[in-house]
Amino acid sequence: MMGGYVEGIIAILCINLIFAYGIYLTAASGQLNLGGAGFQAIGAYVAGVCSNYFELPIVFSVLGGILGAGLIGFLISFPVLRTRGVYMVLATFAFALVISGIILNSEFLGGATGMVVPAYAPVEVLIFSTFIIILIVFWLMASRVGLAMRAVHDDDVVSEIMGVNVKGIQVFAFTLGGALAGLSGALYAHHYSFIEAQYFNAVLSIFVLLFVLIGGTQTAWGPLFGASFFTLVPEILRLGDTEWRYVIFGILIVLMMIFRPQGVVTRTFVHRASKIFYRTAER
Amino acid sequence: MLGSIYVTVAVAFTLTIGILNFLNFTIPAIFMITGVIAWAVAAHWLPLGVDGGLAWPLAFIIGIVAAVLASLIVERFTFRYLRIRHGDATEHAIPLVSSLGFLIIFENLVLIAFGSEAQAFPEKFKSDFYIGEIIIGLPQLMSLAISLLVVAFLSWILKTTNTGRALRAIAENPDTASLLGVDVRRIVPLVFLFSGLLCGVAGVLFVVNYSDVSPYMGEEVGTKAIAAMVLGGLGSIWGAIAGGLLVGLLEALSIHFFGADTVDVAVWGTLLIVLILKPSGLFGASRIGKGKL
Repeated sequence: MMGGYVEGIIAILCINLIFAYGIYLTAASGQLNLGGAGFQAIGAYVAGVCSNYFELPIVFSVLGGILGAGLIGFLISFPVLRTRGVYMVLATFAFALVISGIILNSEFLGGATGMVVPAYAPVEVLIFSTFIIILIVFWLMASRVGLAMRAVHDDDVVSEIMGVNVKGIQVFAFTLGGALAGLSGALYAHHYSFIEAQYFNAVLSIFVLLFVLIGGTQTAWGPLFGASFFTLVPEILRLGDTEWRYVIFGILIVLMMIFRPQGVVTRTFVHRASKIFYRTAER
Repeated sequence: MLGSIYVTVAVAFTLTIGILNFLNFTIPAIFMITGVIAWAVAAHWLPLGVDGGLAWPLAFIIGIVAAVLASLIVERFTFRYLRIRHGDATEHAIPLVSSLGFLIIFENLVLIAFGSEAQAFPEKFKSDFYIGEIIIGLPQLMSLAISLLVVAFLSWILKTTNTGRALRAIAENPDTASLLGVDVRRIVPLVFLFSGLLCGVAGVLFVVNYSDVSPYMGEEVGTKAIAAMVLGGLGSIWGAIAGGLLVGLLEALSIHFFGADTVDVAVWGTLLIVLILKPSGLFGASRIGKGKL
């Protein structure tokens, strides 16, 4: 159906999109989670164990990955939410490194040699799940919960006064965000059939947070743009000069922060864009 | 022991975060630039070659100058620009993200220029001596002395000179400082100059101790230095020193008792536990680093 190269790009795009939405949920309610790779690793390894040792079908092992990462997200949110600002960024960062260190040291999970997951999920499954997740996040951000998340993001003290359950919202965002990152990990494990602790490293956590911050945290369009941009632009640059592509990429990041510091897609941007479509529909 | 290098880099981190509330992710790259440039100068560009008497100090000095320049470039395009355009840029995650952009730029420029392999300095600085059963490398001891000296000098500047007073005023509140006649735009680059200098010294110490450099040498040291800074508490110079030594010690102990693979778990696990028990680090001032990102 599709060429191998295009299929590969679509697969990694789907995984990055789901992953970015996981980190987006926490960022949209005002917390920066620099531990994305940790949650993704949990999802991947739980799915791998479910599939290999308990011989569950793919649907259930992926579900296991989601639940595992969501549960850890829920549990870790309580101590992490005690910290603030830079401390929180670094606490989540530390969490991810501890997770990958634990995986590296456990024989059961394959240690440094990695783990083979034979059950294969074709790219169509990834596209389908990405579609569902995008719809869910858009619906969530349009709901009352999404409104509360945005309120907490803008000012947690005022939202507390206005009767928003700030702690509850933050824990919810962490849990659901962890679950989504876990889903992306589980799909990664089943699509590539091989996982290793070294893949889920600090650079991955940093990159996924960049997807979200550069895309913009104000609307659910942000991560859609950020993850697509970050996944596709290095591929496009690969067609030209291979050596310089990451340098160009870094320059693009710096320029974007200079010209669009709130992220590329903002609420006013979406508002204006939707107006254009509205008008043409009326005609 | 990497302790003294962690101390120096952690102090570089803690300076920018303590005074400007800016987590500067380019510091690992600047550390790496010192080492790689010093190597390149010594191996390729010096007429005397690597064995000449003057070559080493000169190469190191050029490396440190390169580090300071790189640090000032970062200041120009992340911190200053954003402050001018958006008022107090420190309120946002913007400088953090663009410093990550610079990290990617620097690492890949070095990668393009010198390739990805680790380059060995041909000469080893080795002279160990023994106290009883304990081996103490002379370079290690010297590194510790040098890094503590540099840090002590820095905290002397911060405490007693006019410039230091201005810097502490900015740390307290940038707007008030500028109202009271501190030229913020002239003083802020100094912070980057100091942190570049510290990274440069740390890079030289790394080269002296390990005698090889690679484009990736900053990542390991940089992340461990961040751990050290957070352990000690953001913005506290003595906290960074204590944290750096503690991380070095934790590393040595976990390698000795459990093997090399457990280092990360030991260091970052300790950090996580400390943050859970005491959310502002061991010696952290409670107001720094808690603003919204």
